[in-house]
Amino acid sequence: MNIVVCVKQTPDTAATMTVDDGKASWGEAPLVLNPWDEFAVEQALVTQEAEGGQVTAICLGPETAEEALKQALAMGCDEAILIHDPVFDSADSLVASRVLVAGIQKLESVDLVFFGKSAVDTDTGVMGSQVARRLGWPSLNLVAAISELDAGAKTITVERLLEEGRQVVSGPLPAVVSVVKEINEPRYPSFMGIRKASKAEIPRWSASDIGLEGDVQPALTWPGISAPEMVGTKVEFIEGGDPVEIAGKLVDRLFEEKVI
Amino acid sequence: MIIVYIDHFDGRAIPASWETLGVGRDLAEATGSEVKAVVLGSDVEPIAQQALEYGAGDALLADDAMLEHFRPEVYADALTQIVKENEPEIVLFPTTSRSRELAGMLAIDLETGVSPDIVEFEMDGAVIVATRPIYAGKLLAKEVNLAGSPQVLTTRSRAFTMPEKGAVPAGAITKLELDLGEPVTEVHGYKESAAGVSLADAAIIVSGGRGTSNNPSLEPPAEITDEKEQEIWRAHQGFELIGDLAKVLGAAVGASRAAVDAGYVPYSNQVGQTGKVVSPDLYIACGISGAIQHLAGMRTSKTIVAINKDPDAPIFKLARFGVVGDLYDIVPALTTALEKKLGSG
Repeated sequence: MNIVVCVKQTPDTAATMTVDDGKASWGEAPLVLNPWDEFAVEQALVTQEAEGGQVTAICLGPETAEEALKQALAMGCDEAILIHDPVFDSADSLVASRVLVAGIQKLESVDLVFFGKSAVDTDTGVMGSQVARRLGWPSLNLVAAISELDAGAKTITVERLLEEGRQVVSGPLPAVVSVVKEINEPRYPSFMGIRKASKAEIPRWSASDIGLEGDVQPALTWPGISAPEMVGTKVEFIEGGDPVEIAGKLVDRLFEEKVI
Repeated sequence: MIIVYIDHFDGRAIPASWETLGVGRDLAEATGSEVKAVVLGSDVEPIAQQALEYGAGDALLADDAMLEHFRPEVYADALTQIVKENEPEIVLFPTTSRSRELAGMLAIDLETGVSPDIVEFEMDGAVIVATRPIYAGKLLAKEVNLAGSPQVLTTRSRAFTMPEKGAVPAGAITKLELDLGEPVTEVHGYKESAAGVSLADAAIIVSGGRGTSNNPSLEPPAEITDEKEQEIWRAHQGFELIGDLAKVLGAAVGASRAAVDAGYVPYSNQVGQTGKVVSPDLYIACGISGAIQHLAGMRTSKTIVAINKDPDAPIFKLARFGVVGDLYDIVPALTTALEKKLGSG
């Protein structure tokens, strides 16, 4: 089975974000493999362990994003490819989906593409569906379990985690699957994995390598980024002799302030 | 024209759809345009009728057995046909799992941008300047679509006011016959339907954190010998108290990442940067210290109440009301006090 996992590099979720010179800044916080993508990498590896084949991690990003790919390699991916070109610097989802599709098509005869459900920086959460739409493959989004995968018949059955419950849906391969946290427990890279990844030469594909010169105009621009106003609340501590008194006072205050 | 997509499940509209319709009406007023609702599904005419009551100028209804289950490919085919036919300047969706996906696919079909999870709009001439949270709301980005018409956006639940239902709807339902291709996927049904109030729609959320397991006086049953299992058992007692409080308030139950990672409650309860971002009227944090990734997911709540043993817990910096105390003492007392107050009207 030929498996691709699409990953992104993001600031760590513990980062304190500020605006610096009109741009988002995460200060000294580390850049990491997008936390959601760890589940996608894990699922790609679990699938490979069951079905055999190859796992390739691809990433659209700046040069630093090599580190995120090394994390994917350390976890166990066979190959990693960085798609990097200055013409993609201001990519929105329209451009990014086109770039990833071009990368997937260059890899040829791919059976399954995994995504994390969203990236913790831009929070867009549409990339899996957009890539599926461009490829004309089924979009199996927000998958919490793969209940059946038949490599011979080329079919897949999954449980999608929607607001109302788990939708059980099946479709043909190739397919695009975006995964949620419930699907697995990402592994820690092994010592051997880390050693192998640190030595790996990660191939870089430019726009021309994937046949996308010109024709990569984003639709969206971002005229301003700001930090949300911190609401100037000062905490009012509710005190009292015992829990009953405290609870009573708190309820009274909530009613006075018309919160309830 | 502005098109508003009405999301629904099991014969009922998702309430956030009406908030989105309200946004559509406001934008239509500001731009001298009209707003039409789109309802796709099977046996969903009552929802189209409701859309008229909530102020849609007209409702475009595609009622087809093929649309019984939400399948993004079929729904996107239907919606793209409608949008190409009607040439709206703006297409709006409520932000739900379904419509986020649908908006993304529509944007691909039309080669345009998509802006999910909008919390604010400004008009710059005919161009929408939309504000959306990024980095889980740690920052806000203004976003402009330069690709021209249509602009595809989804609005965040509870970020906009629910419009009043009008008494006499002005518009009418137009039934559409669409050319729907053979669907590629098959929906077999639903497993474990989510019970209770959904976090995204909840006006009140009561959340628990690591503190739920921090009650050494609780003695787990003798058959639970594993230390980790004992911890989870203790946490379940804490979440039971939280559940009782939530019940009295008609609230949803949330949790911190620490509580989910420790296996206390399922991931679907998680509030935070890698969980759900919520914005209720009242958020009661019980035994949650307030890691930055949790705060990012609930900071826009209107009123925050924090109950924590540690007076220096970061959660108190965001809270309007704070109680320094043990959730095991305070939460049940709060439940009783509210029962009395709400019971007596």
